[in-house]
Amino acid sequence: MTTPLVVFDRVEKRFENFVAVKPTSFEIAAGEFLAIMGPSGCGKTTTLRMLAGLEAPTAGEIRFEGRVMNNVKPHERDMPLVWQSLALFPFLNARENVEFGLKMRGVDSATRKKKALEWLDRLGIGQFAERNVAKLSGGQRQRVALARSLVTEPKILLLDEPLSALDAHLVIRMQSVLTKLQKELGITFVYVTHSQSEAFAMADRVVIMSHGEIAQIGKAKDIYRAPSDKFVAEFVGRNNIFEGKVLKSTPANTVVATPLGAFSVPTGTKGTFKADDPLSFVVAADLVQISAQRPSEDNIVECQVISEQFMGTTVTLFLEAKDGSELKVQVGQRELEGIDFKGSKKLFASWPVSRAHVLARQ
Amino acid sequence: MNAEKALKWALFAYVALAFAFIFTPVIWSFIFSFNSDRFPSLPLGSFSLKWYETVLSRPEILQAAVTSLTVAICTSLLATFIGFCTAYTDFRYHFMFKQAYLALAMLPPTIPLIIMALAMLSWLAQIGLSGQVISIIISHTVLAAPFAMAVIRLRLNDMDPNLEAASWNLGASEWRAMREVVIPFAMPSIIAALCLTAAVSFDEFAVAWFVSGLNKTIPVVILEILQGNVDPQINAIGTFVFIISIALIVTAQMLMLSKGGKKEATQ
Repeated sequence: MTTPLVVFDRVEKRFENFVAVKPTSFEIAAGEFLAIMGPSGCGKTTTLRMLAGLEAPTAGEIRFEGRVMNNVKPHERDMPLVWQSLALFPFLNARENVEFGLKMRGVDSATRKKKALEWLDRLGIGQFAERNVAKLSGGQRQRVALARSLVTEPKILLLDEPLSALDAHLVIRMQSVLTKLQKELGITFVYVTHSQSEAFAMADRVVIMSHGEIAQIGKAKDIYRAPSDKFVAEFVGRNNIFEGKVLKSTPANTVVATPLGAFSVPTGTKGTFKADDPLSFVVAADLVQISAQRPSEDNIVECQVISEQFMGTTVTLFLEAKDGSELKVQVGQRELEGIDFKGSKKLFASWPVSRAHVLARQ
Repeated sequence: MNAEKALKWALFAYVALAFAFIFTPVIWSFIFSFNSDRFPSLPLGSFSLKWYETVLSRPEILQAAVTSLTVAICTSLLATFIGFCTAYTDFRYHFMFKQAYLALAMLPPTIPLIIMALAMLSWLAQIGLSGQVISIIISHTVLAAPFAMAVIRLRLNDMDPNLEAASWNLGASEWRAMREVVIPFAMPSIIAALCLTAAVSFDEFAVAWFVSGLNKTIPVVILEILQGNVDPQINAIGTFVFIISIALIVTAQMLMLSKGGKKEATQ
């Protein structure tokens, strides 16, 4: 990897007595699509605003292309932000909104107009150039906001929950517009969202924040398969979390006693666990198998189906084990049809040892 | 159905009566300003412009009109500027005792005019500024600025707080953002505030009477004529004053309630 485009070096933000972002370090590579995800109040928007210069870090350094940005005014940075509220200028039409950044840079009006129209065309809303932004639909306004941010051809684009106000079907459309643009332009996107599906669908890497600090950073798939702690496991959803105590641990396998019984998990590379230490592990919902007959796996839970959530090609089953704890299992629709329940709703959930993931932070 | 209709008519009549109650004296004065008779009595005499001619032939009344207009224009510019600055500080900044600051800014119209007038007179006399046109402008600015602030603040409250930051983010310095974003957004309310404060100044009598000295404004001249005797010239002057005031107020109202403004604000 070449030198990173953006470096957060122990950046911290406090508002009087409230710590919004604890000392945080991470890097953003040039051309990367990075999503910062977390529940509201986790510090993700503050992190983005610090990058845009709208908040000053209390401590630490933010560097952009090696230059310390802490004291650079927002208007002296070329880091356009797509706002959650879009923040389009209501007294300007669509084209004039797009021209704004160019006007501030002293570009003459003919060039401005030409560029603005090019961008509006590129985003498929050229025919609305002269329309008042209040008279555009949500999706069209979204595109105006994007064009307005991209018209200055920045190296980095910041996006603060830009799709949160759109209808579900438009969100999917805009996601593909965004990923396509990012690939074509080759610029860096920093995308803040609370939506796991948005982050996982678009980003190269995902930063998960919780209570002002980074809980995990990595590729979407790694975060999904190997969450670092219980917070991440719960936040990304579709995980079954088991908490228990170590019964015995060998370099290959560790047996954990949980309220549901004893399960075997891979010991991992960090050495064996001490007996009686607390240990939590997760099994992703789509890695659990179900069957009507008792299977021959090590890890089996006998349970009953409580409800089904139909999602098209897959179905999420909510199961209840003997002790009342709940399990989520995601199976293919056809797979489910192949199971013979014989009238009862009783079945066996099971998984091979290798599919369980021990949380790094207990 | 019939009851509903009756209620509708009753309400209509009620509103009509209310308007009649408010506007009859003005209309009365308007009609008699064109009446040839010396004393206002029915039946009317013939149509005549002689009271307007008399008014226009008196240099002191024309002088008062010039003074009133000068004061109104200067006051509206000053008061709107101060009002805008106050409203903007409220919109933009959070600071200790902000509520107290706002209450203080809103205070002048709540002080009894006569007290305000006396205080102004003694203060302006102290600093050697009494009895001049500028003294009326200063006093009226104090009275009118809170109205300008209230009108502009209402508009700024409708502004997406991110709008200004969005313009910085796109390369506008703070001054540029003020010029390109905040002022254009607030423009309808700024014009409304100009009209409203001009009307406040143009109609104001008590304070002007105390501080104006020899530079009388229209309301002061009207009182002086009235003190002499009942004179139909008053109707002519009154009609002129009413038309200017109502034009200013209606313009201000239309700008404040304009649908376009509302729609923009909620976008």
